[in-house]
Parts: sequence; structure tokens; C-alpha cells
Amino acid sequence: MATPTTTETATAVPGPGAKARGQGARSSRRFALLLLSPTFLVLALIVGYPVLAGIRQSLYNKDEVLVDGFVTEGERFVGLDNYTALFRGERGDAFWNAFFNTSFFTATAVVLETVIGVCLALIMHQALRGRGLVRASVLVPWAVPTAMSGLLWRWIFQPDGVANTLLHQEILWTADGWQSKVAVIIAEVWKTSPFIGLLALAGLQMIPQDVYEAARVDGASAWQQFRRITLPLIKPALAVAVLFRLLDTLRMFDLPFVLIGANKESVETLSMLAWSEAGNLRYGVATAYATLLFVYIALIAYAFIKLAGADVIGEARVRKTTGKKGAKA
Amino acid sequence: MRRIPMIGAITGLALVLAACGGGSDNDTDPKASTALEGRGEISFVTGKDTSGNLQKQIDTWNAAHPDEPVKVIELSDKADEQRQQMVQNAQVKSDAYTVLNLDVVWTAEFAANRWVVELPEAELPIADLLAPTVDTGRYLGKLYGVPIDSDAGLLYYRKDLLTEAGIDKAPTTWTELFAACDTVKEKVSSAKDIDCYAGQFDKYEGLTVNASEAINAAGGAVVDEQGKPTVNTPEAKAGLDVLVNAFKDGHIAKKAITYTEELGRADFNAGKLLFHRQWPYQYASASNKEESKVAGKFDVAPLPGSNGPGVSTLGGHDFAISAFAPNKATALDFIKYMASPEVQKANALVIGKAPSVAALYNDAEIVAKFPYMPSLKTAIENAQGRPKVVKYGDVTTAIQEAAYAALNGDKPTDQALSELQAKLETLTQ
Repeated sequence: MATPTTTETATAVPGPGAKARGQGARSSRRFALLLLSPTFLVLALIVGYPVLAGIRQSLYNKDEVLVDGFVTEGERFVGLDNYTALFRGERGDAFWNAFFNTSFFTATAVVLETVIGVCLALIMHQALRGRGLVRASVLVPWAVPTAMSGLLWRWIFQPDGVANTLLHQEILWTADGWQSKVAVIIAEVWKTSPFIGLLALAGLQMIPQDVYEAARVDGASAWQQFRRITLPLIKPALAVAVLFRLLDTLRMFDLPFVLIGANKESVETLSMLAWSEAGNLRYGVATAYATLLFVYIALIAYAFIKLAGADVIGEARVRKTTGKKGAKA
Repeated sequence: MRRIPMIGAITGLALVLAACGGGSDNDTDPKASTALEGRGEISFVTGKDTSGNLQKQIDTWNAAHPDEPVKVIELSDKADEQRQQMVQNAQVKSDAYTVLNLDVVWTAEFAANRWVVELPEAELPIADLLAPTVDTGRYLGKLYGVPIDSDAGLLYYRKDLLTEAGIDKAPTTWTELFAACDTVKEKVSSAKDIDCYAGQFDKYEGLTVNASEAINAAGGAVVDEQGKPTVNTPEAKAGLDVLVNAFKDGHIAKKAITYTEELGRADFNAGKLLFHRQWPYQYASASNKEESKVAGKFDVAPLPGSNGPGVSTLGGHDFAISAFAPNKATALDFIKYMASPEVQKANALVIGKAPSVAALYNDAEIVAKFPYMPSLKTAIENAQGRPKVVKYGDVTTAIQEAAYAALNGDKPTDQALSELQAKLETLTQ
């Protein structure tokens, strides 16, 4: 982001000697580009290439024809066929099912995580003694690798596991059905609420105490204080946390995969669909799924940033600094 | 605005790279040759060897063949990851892998894609190996893989409870099995709450195995000899219905729909299960007094069938030679070495692998250590492989889909099977 700032400052300053300064700016810009070019090259290699190669792959298809029992194959450019095929017939059913599951998990899990996370943060903020201990212990679920917590919850949810013993029921949690959706959401919320809790706690600690004192003097109730002071003031931190969770949950794979299993319709997400296509060597279709998911995530993220005003990339800071410089000039 | 050329340049560069990366799949030329020629260093690609026994065998080979050393390449211990790596290696026609350790269900795919070469049956000790295991290495009648180890399902049963109920031999048919179960529950008071039968019914490869066994045992087949799907036959329906009905009438507990090998094993070892379909590996843990309540109280028998002994599904591994690697003559010799009775006997004794060499099942030392070997031999002799199809991954998913829906009661058996038939027909075109 250094380049645009320099440009704007340079062009924003007219007057005598502008030409010389413009030349100086141009050569320093060229020098900056030169210095940055290795970074751009590395970025192109490790970010640009895979993304473009993926998109390219999604436009090709492998033709597999059996001639006398042997495969003759060729890769063929099929344009957008891989994409349009996703919405038709049996594959379409699988796609919409996975799309629904992905969105459903994201919506329910993120709402629950946020509510529970904020509650956790309020508790941690209040706890005077052993605050460090509470904070560390709340973090444990977040520290467990997802695949491990998937296994852990699989044991809890097996037919004679802890969950059924406590409920005095025999619910087949890991079989295909609504109950497996519930199992995934429980495990997901358990794992990620602490993350939201911690970020919200960081926001809470930034709020000066005298704001609350003033509110108390004005006779605001606890709920009013929470609605009018706490929530607006932790919103920036919370919005970033929720955005991260949104992005993460939209590409959820390992939890339902380990906890419930592959090919179970009730919990199959878009990532799992792409994985199973790739496992059967249909890379074209798999990358089409992955690209669609990428676009979906980008759209959701964009909408969220616009709606919630989450300042994720420090846009406000940049705006502020350029604004100041402009004012000075 | 000035940034655009830069971005353009980067995008252009990336596009060029992307173009170089892909493509080149269109040419059919292989640097592949099918002649088994050339001697020298080769590699052996296999799943993770947890026993440490493999390296010993390789060291023996390397000491005897200093000019033709074998390098071991260990892949993940997960079967689908192994397959993916071997497939990727074959797709780029790399010569890094010489001898491939294939799961029996992959052989058809590798042979049909010409990723592995045909092997000369006359030069291999095929006659000494159990016929069904050799069949797993064949594709369209030709040999592409040599079976090195095998595996088949066995019926584990509580001998003590059967004896107490006055039944002196293991059931050989489903009817006998369920009747035996009712008798035990009626006559033995301690067994009133015991579950009758379980296998592997969760939606994964285990279900394909169990459903194929049920279908084969009733005289049906998932695909016929020519690779044509045949699941809409009355035999196939009758076979799958045995399991569907057992779920309905409680001979199989509802919770068994979530069972994998390990959950069933836990139940059997805890004494909660009367009959259990399981691989031989459970024998050791069920006999171990520390982790099992049924040590010394159980025995094994071949699986039950509809009108006589049942049909197990075969597991195991075939060794094949990559079409893209040099030194294929050495590779063939190495496979002969690994298939030899001496090496297989060591494998059986150290890690309990079921050999493919028939004579080893009567070997006194092996039988003394693994008393189930004679039953296992019968099971393997009656066993059938899983469908030999090129798109095995899709086929097994389709079988699991149909069987799971039928066992769960979501779909009537004939509807599930006729849908499966339609799906398999498109998959095997």
C-alpha cells in the first residue's frame, strides 16, 4: 500500500519545482518497484499460479473411454461445462445439498459461537481472581486440532458413548440424519466459541471504566449498558472475529469428515464434495466446486465487510493517514 | 493507473506458468514399455510398514543382489492416500516407482489405464497360490498383479454360550445363525440382553464388503465375469434382504448401522455380541485376557450363507510393475522373491498377515501361533473379490449409498438395488 500513498502525496503537491519533484518521485517509485519485484514474483508463484492453474483446470475435462476394457483418455477443453454440469441432475442434487449444508452450518454455528463467545468474554472480564487460569482453560478447545476434536466427539457420540449415557437415549448421532447435523454443530461451537470469546475480551479491555461510571450515574441498567456501550465498543473486534469464523466455517471439511464420515448427505459440505471428486480423479469437476466455493466465500466476506463495517485490512487507518497528509499539504 | 502493467505482467507470467504446468496429457505415447527388460536399481512403493519386518526382507534381498538394490518408498498408512499418490505418479509417467503394492481393488483400475504391465504367468509360481487370491490380480483374464497377502472375513462366535444352549457346531446358514441366537437367548439367562449379530454397516468401504458378501452368499453378484452390473436379480435382493430383515426384526441391533471394525470389536470383546463378522486381525485382541472378556470363550468359523457356507469378500494386496519404470526384469525377480513361501511365512509369523501361498495354511508353526488359519483357508477358498471395475471409487460409493438406504429402511431393497443397477451401468460403460 506504500505506492498509492506516495503517488497521491506527489500529485497532491503542485507549485514551483513540481516537475523536478515529480521526476524524483517517478525514479523513487521505479526503485521501489524494483525492490518489491522479488516479492511480487514470489506472490505470483505461490498465490497467483495455483489460483490460475485451478481455474484453468476447471475448464478442462478428462474423457475416459473404455476400449476393449482399456482406458483411452484425453484432456479436452470444455469451457464452462464443468460449472453448468454442477447444477444438473444427480450432481445438482448433491451440489444443492452440500450448498445448503455449508450455509446452514455457517449460519447456525457462527450465531451460536458469537453469542456464547461474548458471554465467555463477559465472564472472563469479570473474573478477578485466576483470570489467567480461566482464560487459559477456555482456550483448550481452540488449541485441540480439529481432526482430533472430531475423533473426541466421535467417541462421545458413539451409540454407547457419553452423550447417550447422559441423555438416557440411544440416538445414533453418527448415522446419516438430522442428529448428525446437530452433532457437528455442537462440536463446532464447542471448538470455536473460545476464539470469539478471546477476541471479544480484547475488545472489552479497551473500554475505559469511566464510561460505565458515567452510565451508572445516569441510571442506565445493566442491559442498557451492554446494548449501548459494550456492544458498540467491542463491535470492531467482534466483527473481525465473526468474519474469520464465517470464512472458516464456509470451508468446513475435517470436522464433519472425521466425526460423521464421508458421503453422508446430511453433513456433506462443498469442500467434502470437491474432495470426493478429486479422490475419484475428476480434477476438472473438483476444481469447479472449489472455484465456486471460493467465489461464494468471497461474496459472503464482501457482504459482511460492507454490512458490519469490519475493518479487516486497516483500510480506515490508510484513509486517515492519507487524509491527514492531504490536509497538511 | 500505473500499477496496471505490473499486475498485467504478473498475471501474464502466471498464465504462462499455468499453461506449462498442465497439458501434455493428450499424447498417447508412453515412454512406457511393456517388455520386462533391464536390470539395476528399483524402488518398491508400499503403505507404511509398522512392523519393521519389511526392511529386514529388503536387506536380505539387497545383500544377495548388490547390483540390483531395492529402495523402499513408504507412503501414508491410509489406503486412499496411497492410491492417490500412485495414480498421480502414473499420470505424470514418472519412473520413480517400480514395484507397486496395490490393494486388491485397485488392480483393475491400474491395469485398464495401462499404468502397470502384464506379467508372465508361466514364470511365476501361480499354481502354489490360492486361486481366488490370484484372481484379484487378473484383469480381463490377464495377470497384472501377484497376490502377496490375503484377507477374508470370518464368523466370530461365542462357543461357550452356544455349548450352554446345547448347540455343538457353528451355524453355516443365516437361518441356523438366527435360530441359534434365539435359542441362546431363551436358554442362557446370562445372555438375555446380548446382541445377536453385527458386521461393518457404517457408510464406508466396510459396508461394500458386507453387502457384497450378503449378495454373493445368496448366489447373486454385484458385477458378473464380464464386468456387467447384475444387482437387480432376485438373488441379489434375497441376499441383501437377509441383512435388511435382520435389522428390522432386531437380530442386528439398530446401533450397528454406525459400526466400523473397531466398534464391533469393542462390543464382541466386551461380551455384548454373540456373532460377529470380522477380519482375522481381531483374533489376537479377543484372545488377550487383559483387553477382552471373551478370551478362551470364542471360536471362528467361515461366514454363513443362504443355503450353505457363505462367501467372504477378499482383501489383501497385489504386487504390480509400473509401466513407466526401467529395470523391469529386476522388478519381476523381486516380486518372485516376495511371493516365495519363505518370505510369506516370515510375514505371517511376525505380523499375522494371511499368506497367498496355499501350503502355508498347513504349516505347523503358523497354525500353532494362529489357530484360525484352517478356517481362514476355507474362507479364502470360497471367497470372491469385489467388483473389478475401472472406476472402483465411484462404484463402491454407489454400493454404499444403496445398501445404507436399504439397511436404514429409507428405501425398499428392490428400489435401492434397481437404482444401483442404473448407476452402475453408467459407471461401467
